[in-house]
Amino acid sequence: MATEVHREVHEQRESARPPLIGPGHNFATVTDKISALALSRPTSRRWWLGFGFSFALVMLLLLAISHLLVRGVGIWGINVPVAWGFAIVNFVWWIGIGHAGTLISAILLLLHQQWRTSINRFAEAMTLFAVACAGLFPLLHMGRPWYGYWLVPYPNTMQLWPQFRSPLVWDVFAVTTYLLVSLMFWYVGLVPDMATLRDRSTHRMGRIVYGVLAMGWRGSARHWQRYEAAYTLLAGLAAPLVVSVHTVVSFDFAVAILPGWHSTVFPPYFVAGAIFSGFAMVLTLVIPIRALYGLHDFITARHLQNMGKILLATGLMVAYGYLMEAFAAVYSGNPYERYVQVNRMIGPYALMYWALIACNIVTPQLLWFRAVRASPVALFGVAMVVNVGMWLERYVIVVVSLHRDYLPSSWGMYSGTIWDWATFLGTIGLFLSLVFLFIRFMPVISIFEMRTLLPEAKVKEELP
Amino acid sequence: MNPRTHLWRGLEELANSPELRARIENEFPEGTLESPDPLTRRQFLTLLGASLGLAGLSGCTRPPPELILPYVRQPEGRVPGKSLYYATAMPLAGHAIGLLAESYEGRPIKVEGNPAHPDSRGATDAFAQASVLTLYDPQRSQTTLFSGRPRSFGDLTHQLSEVVRRHPRGQGLSILTETVGSPSLAGQLRVLRERLPDTRWYSHDPGATRSAVDASRSIFDAAVGTHYDLTRADVVLALDAGFLCSGPGHLRYAHDFMQRRKGALAPEKMNRLYVVEPMPTGTGTRADHRLPLRARDVVRFARDLAGALGVAGLSASAPDVAYARWLTALADDLRFVALGKARVPGTTLVIAGDRQPPEVHALAQAINYKLGNFGTTVLHTTPAEEAHGASLAELAQDMHAGKVSTLLVLESNPVYTAPPDLEVAAGMRKVPLCIHLGLYRDETADLCHWHVPAAHYLESWGDARAYEGTASVIQPLIAPLYGGKTSLELLAALLGQAGRSAYDVVRDTWRDAYGRRASTPDFEAFWRSALHDGVVEGTAFSRAEVQLRKDWAKRAGLDGKPTAADGTEIVFRLDPTIFDGRFAGNGWLQELPKPMTKLTWDNAAMMSPATAQTLGMRPNTFGDRGGEHGEGIAEVVELHHAGRRVQAPVWIVPGHADGSITVHLGYGRTRAGDVGTGAGFDAYQLQTSAAPLFGTGVEARRTGQTMTLACTQFHQMMENRGLVRSADVATYQKHPDFAQKQGHMPAANHGRHPLTLYPASDHPQQGPQWGMVIDMNACVACGACVTACQAENNIPVVGKAEVTRGREMHWLRIDHYYEGEPANPTSHLQPVMCMHCESAPCELVCPVEATSHSPDGLNEMTYNRCVGTRYCSNNCPYKVRRFNFFQYADWATASLKMMHNPHVTVRSRGVMEKCTYCVQRIREAEIDANNQRRPPRDGDVVTACQAACPSQAIVFGDIHDQTSRVAKLKADPRNYGLLEELNTRPRTTYLAEVRNPNPRLEGR
Repeated sequence: MATEVHREVHEQRESARPPLIGPGHNFATVTDKISALALSRPTSRRWWLGFGFSFALVMLLLLAISHLLVRGVGIWGINVPVAWGFAIVNFVWWIGIGHAGTLISAILLLLHQQWRTSINRFAEAMTLFAVACAGLFPLLHMGRPWYGYWLVPYPNTMQLWPQFRSPLVWDVFAVTTYLLVSLMFWYVGLVPDMATLRDRSTHRMGRIVYGVLAMGWRGSARHWQRYEAAYTLLAGLAAPLVVSVHTVVSFDFAVAILPGWHSTVFPPYFVAGAIFSGFAMVLTLVIPIRALYGLHDFITARHLQNMGKILLATGLMVAYGYLMEAFAAVYSGNPYERYVQVNRMIGPYALMYWALIACNIVTPQLLWFRAVRASPVALFGVAMVVNVGMWLERYVIVVVSLHRDYLPSSWGMYSGTIWDWATFLGTIGLFLSLVFLFIRFMPVISIFEMRTLLPEAKVKEELP
Repeated sequence: MNPRTHLWRGLEELANSPELRARIENEFPEGTLESPDPLTRRQFLTLLGASLGLAGLSGCTRPPPELILPYVRQPEGRVPGKSLYYATAMPLAGHAIGLLAESYEGRPIKVEGNPAHPDSRGATDAFAQASVLTLYDPQRSQTTLFSGRPRSFGDLTHQLSEVVRRHPRGQGLSILTETVGSPSLAGQLRVLRERLPDTRWYSHDPGATRSAVDASRSIFDAAVGTHYDLTRADVVLALDAGFLCSGPGHLRYAHDFMQRRKGALAPEKMNRLYVVEPMPTGTGTRADHRLPLRARDVVRFARDLAGALGVAGLSASAPDVAYARWLTALADDLRFVALGKARVPGTTLVIAGDRQPPEVHALAQAINYKLGNFGTTVLHTTPAEEAHGASLAELAQDMHAGKVSTLLVLESNPVYTAPPDLEVAAGMRKVPLCIHLGLYRDETADLCHWHVPAAHYLESWGDARAYEGTASVIQPLIAPLYGGKTSLELLAALLGQAGRSAYDVVRDTWRDAYGRRASTPDFEAFWRSALHDGVVEGTAFSRAEVQLRKDWAKRAGLDGKPTAADGTEIVFRLDPTIFDGRFAGNGWLQELPKPMTKLTWDNAAMMSPATAQTLGMRPNTFGDRGGEHGEGIAEVVELHHAGRRVQAPVWIVPGHADGSITVHLGYGRTRAGDVGTGAGFDAYQLQTSAAPLFGTGVEARRTGQTMTLACTQFHQMMENRGLVRSADVATYQKHPDFAQKQGHMPAANHGRHPLTLYPASDHPQQGPQWGMVIDMNACVACGACVTACQAENNIPVVGKAEVTRGREMHWLRIDHYYEGEPANPTSHLQPVMCMHCESAPCELVCPVEATSHSPDGLNEMTYNRCVGTRYCSNNCPYKVRRFNFFQYADWATASLKMMHNPHVTVRSRGVMEKCTYCVQRIREAEIDANNQRRPPRDGDVVTACQAACPSQAIVFGDIHDQTSRVAKLKADPRNYGLLEELNTRPRTTYLAEVRNPNPRLEGR
């Protein structure tokens, strides 16, 4: 009895909210509409423009990397005391962005949040691309990147392991695990849709490629049963990663003895920040795509509103992190910690600090207003500001802590050079290029999962 | 008489016709070295064809028939991989520092001080350390040139003998040298003037003034030399004298002075130092009381002091109110120990600076005389040779008057270093034949007809004297790399002894000197011991007993009223690192931060904060690339003085005297190779021959432009962090452990109770545990340790652009902090290198274990394993790690390959590096000890910085050996660790500063 009442209440509540899928859709229209993006819709001029621009940035990235390998990391602005600069800032930023995918896919799946369905595929792809961009930086920032494999434990003639106490080694494990699990999760979820595209593709090439990727999916009950088991298992595997990856990344800083880094608040604060930035990036990409490809029926106002709420919630967590950081600095009585906090606020990089506060704490407060959450344009604006703010946050943590530490005799400054910017913009180009290719060749929304949202998919189970 | 003149081979020789003499003496007659005719096209083609054919033939030849054998027996003393040390000496500005040069497989790679030498006592200065780089400098002049085209040295000697033949009395023959400190050269000059009596000898040396000698000539009956015994001085006053860091004898003075204020301190034995100076110097940082005073006011101050002490012969005048209290306290301190209790005469000392005019020297002598210091702290000597010729002004006059027909410039660069009003360049253009001998094709070489590459002192035979006269024979460590010649050889050619080697000249000089005084004629033994020891016994100048003349004040020009001059003053000082400009091409010295300003690669117009404000200057700021660590931004002003102007960046120096601008000479070179050309501005342009030391009436006009200066430490405040801990001697007596309480957090361990969660000694420490103690009382910021470290450890030079980005590579730096009022702050100096922390933060974070801990307590860096994540640098609280952002080390230049220390890896791009406690020296000492079946003894391992330090501020050794010096110093209550509250447990610790202020001047 209780379950029935519960279900009724739930359904009433559901009906009070905006729907997750537009009216008038059935199984066929959903499949047609989404698969058309990849199969039959002509490649638009705007796609070519966007892809061309992004690809030009990829070329810039290649130029920057070549120059880096020829000359050395000295082409960047790093120095002593600020031995980490853009590379690490960008690494943490991209890894953070990569968090929304796993969160949406895994945790919301396990929590039975059905609204995740239309955005999970997209968010997962974004995660992969962001992690790919992030992974470039730790490698490139090394003085001798060709020896990067020494961070991996493998049997070797030198009879040397990596130094397992170093958080950088933990990073290698955390990031590669995350990349692999995200990739598997994304791909397993893609298999049924690959089969759909294989079946609907009119082009021979398409049939072959999609056919290989579909791995012989025929949609039998046994397939579905195994799929569900694998997908849920992977979700279970991926869920802890949402917390672990950025925790480990935060250890890069928290384990060090540098004032401004050495702080126990870092792991939760980094995780919250990562989800915050990840959702901001999802919004940044989803809103234009939704408008350009007319996906209003699948990515509805409710999706955007929910994401806005998560943005607000994680933004508040991040704000709490900032507050605790400042409080701990003052309360510790440690003059070095205090100085770092004061220096952030009124030192040479004060502008960055206050810009970060404005971006990450003040701006998201607009999301308290329903009108803002309901307006895609306003949401897009807030998300863009948060993207910038999260980059600034990492800049403030990495650079502003390093530039003035214990001995005033070694204080210094840092600013990115043209090559720092070229590398950063280059990875943005790489990310966007991959997104454009994804939109063009893959189902951006999970077709079969969307179909389960349709009213006719809801089978009322008779109680025995 | 040469016995050979009795023998003759032919009638022409018996007749001794001048043509024949010239022919005989010319080792390389004309035409033997040049190709016979210019090539015609036909000849060229013939030769080309023949070469081609012969080149093909050479493929068929057998190996050369000469038999080549390896050593069957090892030559004596030659062990592969082991360095040999030879005693030699480096002359600079007329004085020499005795050295032991390290020769590795026949290449000199490093110099150390010669412990037997009275000045060095085992220490060196930065110039000596950097001289190795000059030796191997690929931009040194490499060929004899005539009008810019290569010619043979034989042609030049031929031409010289022509000159002598045409002017048998030496009419019009002029020789310009620096201050002559070489007995052999002085002897040659003497003989030359005997043989060619009309020859004129001039000397010019911006690095050494004649003030002291001129003063002594006027106030005593004879010109005497003056030097000091600082071990006996309880109170020392330096009148603009940087005696601890520069000038003849500074190594010895620093050593002796610091004996009284370092190590286990005996408060009652501590000396007290008063310094009066315009521009802060390393000596000034050690002052217990420092009075910033314009350079031109120093004479007034000395006069007032003499008046206050009752020195006879001066008209009385009231002291300037600005420093009346200071002066009274000083005068009383010089006379009384305590209230009513007179000091023992001869226990004080007043030193006048080289860059002050003779009047100040006269006053200092008179005050010392009055205080009874003659013969105790002030020692007078009779110089053995004449050091100075006629002045450069006279040479310029003679040149313009057309009296000079041949000019020999011996290792001097007058075109650059002369005050411009002498118009030396224009004068030289009027001389029909100019011959220049120098290490570089410098500004003067460009104007001379002939240029001869000079041999570096490590390539040549010579001799030189220490500040107190003790002579050293300069031995070559290597044959001249570029066929360089010495002044001795050039003068020999002029004396008709072309081809006579410098070795013969030097040896004959000493054979004569030995013959004069030795009773047993065993010259060979004497010569060998002189070469071996690096000093010639018994050659110190003889002591002179002098009496101050009654009319000394009149003769010194001090009888009149002091003349008042108005306007801003400009003070010309030698650059602390590139001297008078001769080291401008030396990258190590260019990149060595100047002791006070921490500038590299540039000079500046330095002034006090108040003067800067008066002149409306903007304060110095820092840029956003290197920031405080490298990128200083300075406003550019146009300095107008004596009708000339230069553009100079303004650098504000707290503690500088108000109303005065100091500029360092030696920059703005136009012919100093790729390294030196274009760095800084030429301050000589503002000098006048009448006032070469300082002048008044300089005008600084703002240009509105700014420029970037490479300043390695812009932020010179301690931010209340207890980094350098100090107290006055009264506090020290009450609380000898004051240093432990000055940290703002309780020290984590004091090395006694390590704070750790882990059980103690999971790896028992066996064998020596290396550690270091640095006595901050004794550091004078001279920079010898920094350069010694650079030479020992193959540390690359990165250049100005990289320094401005905070990327200089020095493993050892000397941090400088101010405390107190900007008008006259106290300076604290702290040499900082890797602390070799027992729980090192860097080791924990390296992902590939490239930095690890050795069982004997070294924090080791494995370059081959380093992948360059730079995490270690971020986690180092001392920021002593240095990263190769580019390929800084020069792997390509052949001559620099010879210079590198073979025991130390030359690092590649992308790896981290830092101080290793000179691990190569530790291991070498351990192996030696092991071969002798004994543990290493205290003192077996001497790090490069420790060896170089003149005041022996750095002590290294086994901290577990309770009898070692370092362990004893670690037990001193003054001992503390930098940032020890972080529980890094640094192996390098510091002895806190203790100053000895005059209680009457407390609160000042």
